[in-house]
Amino acid sequence: MASIWNTIFAPGLFSYSFVVHAWVAATAIAVLAALVGFFVNLRGEAFVAHAVPRGAFAGAAGAFLIGVNSILGLSVFAILMALGMGLMRRRSHNGVITALALVTALGLGDLFLTVGNTYAPEVFALLFGQLLGISGSEMVAIAVLSVCLVGVIAVVYRPLLLASTVPDFAAARGVSLTAMNVTFTLLVALAASLTVPVVGALLAFSLMIGPAAAGWYLAKTPWGAMLYSVGIALGTVWVAIVIGYDSSLPIGFLVAGVSLLAYMVARAINWFRRRRPGEAAVVPTGSGAVAR
Amino acid sequence: MAAVQFDQVDVAFGRHVVLRQLQFDVPEGAFVGVIGPNGAGKTTMIRLVLGLLRPNSGSVTVLGQPAGRGGRQIGYVPQSFAAEPDLPLRARDLVGLGLDGEKWGFALPTKDRRRRIDACLERVGALGYAEEAVGTLSGGERQRLLIAQALLTSPRILLLDEPLANLDIRSGHDIIRLISEIASETRITVLFVAHDVNPLLGVLDQVLYIAQGRAVLGSVEQVVRSEVLSELYGQPVEVVRVQGRILVFAGDEMVPLGHEELLPHGRPRSLPAEP
Repeated sequence: MASIWNTIFAPGLFSYSFVVHAWVAATAIAVLAALVGFFVNLRGEAFVAHAVPRGAFAGAAGAFLIGVNSILGLSVFAILMALGMGLMRRRSHNGVITALALVTALGLGDLFLTVGNTYAPEVFALLFGQLLGISGSEMVAIAVLSVCLVGVIAVVYRPLLLASTVPDFAAARGVSLTAMNVTFTLLVALAASLTVPVVGALLAFSLMIGPAAAGWYLAKTPWGAMLYSVGIALGTVWVAIVIGYDSSLPIGFLVAGVSLLAYMVARAINWFRRRRPGEAAVVPTGSGAVAR
Repeated sequence: MAAVQFDQVDVAFGRHVVLRQLQFDVPEGAFVGVIGPNGAGKTTMIRLVLGLLRPNSGSVTVLGQPAGRGGRQIGYVPQSFAAEPDLPLRARDLVGLGLDGEKWGFALPTKDRRRRIDACLERVGALGYAEEAVGTLSGGERQRLLIAQALLTSPRILLLDEPLANLDIRSGHDIIRLISEIASETRITVLFVAHDVNPLLGVLDQVLYIAQGRAVLGSVEQVVRSEVLSELYGQPVEVVRVQGRILVFAGDEMVPLGHEELLPHGRPRSLPAEP
């Protein structure tokens, strides 16, 4: 029994402090990314979720250059980018504004790295994450900020949902669509700032997109979609830690792979569910009851 | 007291004048068709009533108060909404957002809440698909949900923004009948924005005709006449009644009233220039 346990869960998986840090941090960002991901999906803004973590990367590169904390650089850049996009976006040109923000950030990142002559492993860690290299203070910061942001989501939930589904009605009720735009992009930015150091700039958005997209196909209500999304995101990062600790497989690959797998399973389940009511609809339901 | 009162209202965006000297009182309980071609200023008028836009001069009064944002006295029904079939939002969830969707936090599912949502769903005949995903519903069904959503706050004014635009003729007639029933039951004031007055002829108390940034309010007989519309457009327009339908004859073109955009250049063509 113990040998099976040890085969699946390698020694130290729950006791070494660096692995405990990984468990806590990953759990916190999984919940946050999954909830933000629900709104990303609802608003059809996957491109924003893709762009912001890369903007955050430029911020971290800039932070290396001037010698300040990289998470601070990440956050400042992500927030500036989000504010810019949230204020400038108009319905018809969303993609263009996001793309411009993205290339500007990447260009700056390139500049900062070149000028600063940054040590390659640090860049590599930023691009691909270092789940097993999170310090105790980083873990606390990530956990506390995640809890705060989940609280913010709980507060803006209703107006954001209303503005994202029936914008004209929301405006008539006095909800500022610009304020909701900015709120949404800020949430993406802050979630990205917490996710990038752990999962990496290149794949941070897989945690925001994959689980939420999978939950989308399984649920019938917004609440259900968020619950599924959180569950799948937790499953994704936990599986990624277990496998990543045991093997030398990179964390970004594991997160992206598991969430893609979850998405495909969810779509398959949805496809089967859809087929069944379709066949049942051939039998007239209402009149059949009367005939009996 | 007037439900909606426009007093010398002017609106311009930069140098482009959209509405000029709008002056009318919509009496409480009236069913008013807001009719006019595209670009005449109907949307601007809606935004003024909702308080989303301030006039450059003049005043807009709603139920005795200056028009302001977020009023729950006005039930606003947008044209439609976008929803893909997989959107995890049931008809019931969408309608429920009409109750308190603009408030912070989230709503707990109480019995009273469910009862109120059910009552509105039933009123518009949507109880049968209350649990369905909104993205799988037809245009007419979605329109009913939007009406139920607007009714949840028991508003005194119902403002419908071109509800017929995305509907086939039959669903359009069903929607008009539903609104007319609700209006006669509750004495709610209805502002029904439409392109064409013809489908509404049987139910209207008054028509608010908007063209070239100006407006006239009155009964169909008073407003939809050659002299009045010629005055409004500033050029000769002839109104013809054929088998209970109203057509507008302008220049050498004839189209149904409210379909002036079918005419060349989007408005009645002027008579041939004098030599």
